[in-house]
Amino acid sequence: MSASATHTSAPASHHYTTLGLDSRKVAIWAFIGSECMLFVSLISTYLIYKGRSIVGPFPHETWTDPATGHVFKPILNIPVTSASTFVLLMSSLFMVLALAAVQNKEKPKHTRGERVLGNSKLWLWMTASAGATFLGFQAFEFTSFVHEGLSIRTNLFGSSFFTLTGFHGAHVTAGVIWLVTLLAIDYRRGLGSKDSLLVDIAALYWHFVDVIWIVIFTLVYLIK
Amino acid sequence: MMDSHASMTNLPDSAEGQAHTPHAEEEHAHPDWSIYWKVALILTLITVGEVWAFYVPSFAASRGFVPTLLFLSGLKFTIVVMFYMHLKYDHRLFRVLFTGPLLVASITLIGLLFLFGHLHIKIM
Repeated sequence: MSASATHTSAPASHHYTTLGLDSRKVAIWAFIGSECMLFVSLISTYLIYKGRSIVGPFPHETWTDPATGHVFKPILNIPVTSASTFVLLMSSLFMVLALAAVQNKEKPKHTRGERVLGNSKLWLWMTASAGATFLGFQAFEFTSFVHEGLSIRTNLFGSSFFTLTGFHGAHVTAGVIWLVTLLAIDYRRGLGSKDSLLVDIAALYWHFVDVIWIVIFTLVYLIK
Repeated sequence: MMDSHASMTNLPDSAEGQAHTPHAEEEHAHPDWSIYWKVALILTLITVGEVWAFYVPSFAASRGFVPTLLFLSGLKFTIVVMFYMHLKYDHRLFRVLFTGPLLVASITLIGLLFLFGHLHIKIM
């Protein structure tokens, strides 16, 4: 390919670093690095305040209110959260399949399996649906906690728990919106291999949200 | 030729000229479905193992419980970052951009726990 041809076919919005890397991909990795700092600060706060609340409800222990005699059960619902964790893990699988489908859009598909795997709309839709399902689980969890007497103002556990998981939920919400916009582009004009970087960047963000949940699930829900 | 090159470097065709740098060639082709579903299966099995460990009272009360969960969580984290985020296959710069802040954040976390973890103040 000649230099002039390269120049004419290159969209004006593409910027490459001297390493030959797209600056948008460098930027998303730098952003993910900064997000690591944000979530570690929230996780640190949760861990430092863990076990220091003087009033319940508590995450893993039963608590009796001395004023009313009301008994509060351990607040965390591990089976429900395990199900939501599984949904988020599967969403990461759907996301890599969406990216692979976009990257291989122009390759001929002979079998039914190849056509299913190459259907980017299907996998983007599945990823967004899984993300929305995870948010549904989180809304259910938050609502049930408030009904059981734990709000963000109740105790230190409530404050740090709702802040940490709420920030994560906000990130998942942003990810779902991002995926829906990609899906809209795919329906409108079709995503091809030329757009693979757009999907790759969204995928990196989505997987990051997933790995953060992997850490939160262990530190907040499973370790007593 | 161009297609295979674009998939190797994850860059659009128009970047072909720039992609012929030695650094850009450090990137390798991403894995396919056969790897992705195995990774998903491993992640699911590890999660099932974590939840199972939580519900075994004798193990949950043992000294090995917390280190085991931390190890399994770290393993899942690494698997997702390496295979789904393609850090195993992508350019070295991306690894630096991710592991650098992660290292700083981890050291900060450990430092904060050492500074404030020993305090036994009950609040709220």
